[in-house]
Amino acid sequence: MNIIVCVKQVPGTSEVEVDQKTGVLKRDGVKSKMNPYDLYALETALAMKGARGAEVSVITMGPPQAAGVVKEAFMMGVDKGFLLSDRRFAGADVLATSYALSQGIRRAGNFDLIVCGKQTTDGDTAQVGPEIAEFLGVPHVANVRRILEVGATAVTVEMDMPEALEVAKVSYPCLVTMEKDSCQPRLPSFKLKLATKDRAISVFTLDDLADRDPSHYGLDGSPTQVLKIFPPVPNDSHELWEGGGKELATRLADKLKHLKFA
Amino acid sequence: MASIVIHHEKVADAGALLVLCPFGALELSGGKLSVNAACKMCRLCVKKGPPGVFELVETVAAGVDKDAWRGVAVYVDHADGVVHNVTLELIGKARELAAQIKHPVYCLMAGSDVLAKAKTLLDYGVDEVFVYDDPGLRHFRAEPYAAVFADFINHVKPSIVLVGGTPVGRSLAPRVAARFRSGLTADCTSLEVKDNTDLIQIRPAFGGNIMAKIHTPRHRPQFATARYKIFSAPEKVGNPGGKLTRMPVAPGLLASGIEVLEVKPKAKEIGIEEAEVIVVAGRGLKKPEDLGLLRQLADRLGGQLAGTRSLIEAGWLDAKRQIGLSGRTVKPKLIIAAGVSGAIQFVAGMKSSEYIVAINSDPKAPIFKNAHVGLVGDLYEIVPELLRQLDDKK
Repeated sequence: MNIIVCVKQVPGTSEVEVDQKTGVLKRDGVKSKMNPYDLYALETALAMKGARGAEVSVITMGPPQAAGVVKEAFMMGVDKGFLLSDRRFAGADVLATSYALSQGIRRAGNFDLIVCGKQTTDGDTAQVGPEIAEFLGVPHVANVRRILEVGATAVTVEMDMPEALEVAKVSYPCLVTMEKDSCQPRLPSFKLKLATKDRAISVFTLDDLADRDPSHYGLDGSPTQVLKIFPPVPNDSHELWEGGGKELATRLADKLKHLKFA
Repeated sequence: MASIVIHHEKVADAGALLVLCPFGALELSGGKLSVNAACKMCRLCVKKGPPGVFELVETVAAGVDKDAWRGVAVYVDHADGVVHNVTLELIGKARELAAQIKHPVYCLMAGSDVLAKAKTLLDYGVDEVFVYDDPGLRHFRAEPYAAVFADFINHVKPSIVLVGGTPVGRSLAPRVAARFRSGLTADCTSLEVKDNTDLIQIRPAFGGNIMAKIHTPRHRPQFATARYKIFSAPEKVGNPGGKLTRMPVAPGLLASGIEVLEVKPKAKEIGIEEAEVIVVAGRGLKKPEDLGLLRQLADRLGGQLAGTRSLIEAGWLDAKRQIGLSGRTVKPKLIIAAGVSGAIQFVAGMKSSEYIVAINSDPKAPIFKNAHVGLVGDLYEIVPELLRQLDDKK
């Protein structure tokens, strides 16, 4: 069985500061890390590897530094790593990102199962998984909280939907996106770190992909465009009360009664 | 091909320019500046750099004929015919947008045995409800739902498509947007439309500390999702004049590699999204047992207890009680945030609340900017006294 996991390198903290005057992001000194949601996708794939003898690959898109997350995946037990990196992929929105990843996955091999995390901590869109599935023409199931059975031709999963838990059988090849807390991700191992330190990562540029039309990638391949970024505007009216605990409690109690909450 | 071009002859001190890029995409190789794959095309280097050094060179591709796409469509999210409230809220927003550009409002509903329910949507001023009703659509499955959605879009050619940010919507909308190779903006907190029918979408970005204003200038339809309780549900109209159209479901549309084997109902609990009053616990709480104090306050006000991301990650409360971008969006009549600092991811999930009270001992806590009333003080002094006062003068 052949499994590929999509991972992303994200800023190490979501507490990115914004310069209130210029609206510029202050990213100085912010370290990068693996998107935490991807750890559940990796663990899901590695558990299957243990149970069924699958080969597990990871793919990521980003600058050359993004190779760091591939190395981290090696330390967890992943067999092969692929990095999509090209200036012509720059400025990609969800669509162009998903398209590039789908092209990279096609280039990387034939996979029975593609596993994604629920979302990333920097984009928070949760859209890339389903879009990759569409571009690859394979079924997808999202909100997977448990893998029930890994069969020869299909995987059976349990999905966490708002009204119910749904059990579905999905034929290979297919894509699943894993919920947070669907499993307990393993820690990177020092032994594997040593064993994989020289393992090569295959780097794909646009020229390695089946579709080499640059207008399908990066900013040109992105239907959505950011017009402006700005710090959020706070609510219009607000009062700040200072004083002793008892005094403040009394004022709040009166206010809540006045507004008919109590 | 759009790209950033560096005019090296105008560069005085190349090393000093590296800090211009917050994404670290500028690098020096052999004393020469270059742009690497980390570039997000944010154009900050063009705007903030020395004049003439960085230039964005763009070849503008021809876009679609915008007049060929008419209408604001809403995807009807439902569970066995019970329409999710987010759908009504989106119908309200769709009517607003449509009125401005004089377009009709459409709904798309897919399911099994849902015709009667679909008809009730006309009460909210929808011009035409399109229904795909077939036993094969009983359960949400990605490919058949995407197929009827695409069929609807090809038939109607709407300019704007709004989808609720529910588990189904978040799984379906990207699939359909990718099929039309068009843009989808997730979790919009504000939607406006320009006279040329371009949808102006605002959403929290980069982890939520910043807002992004996004448009889709060359593609149609323009897809956007919005979470529950971001917009307001409309009143019913007096004399609904819209019509219901049942669409044929060709067998080919139902092909799928997914087979739903079992649907196990979950225990029904009142979610924080339905609560009219919410008390939120933040990091100012010292230990898990102290949640009892805030639960008491929530009970006293007939509300629910919720928490911020850090508390949920520490395992103090169930994830269903998390407010924020990665949790739930709430819009109660009253929200009391106790010991909550007010990270913007949190604020994004509650800022539409009608009345916001914040209790925090740090006068500089960002939550105060969003609170209608901010109490600078110790929650351990204020809350017990508040409970006494509320019980005193019933």
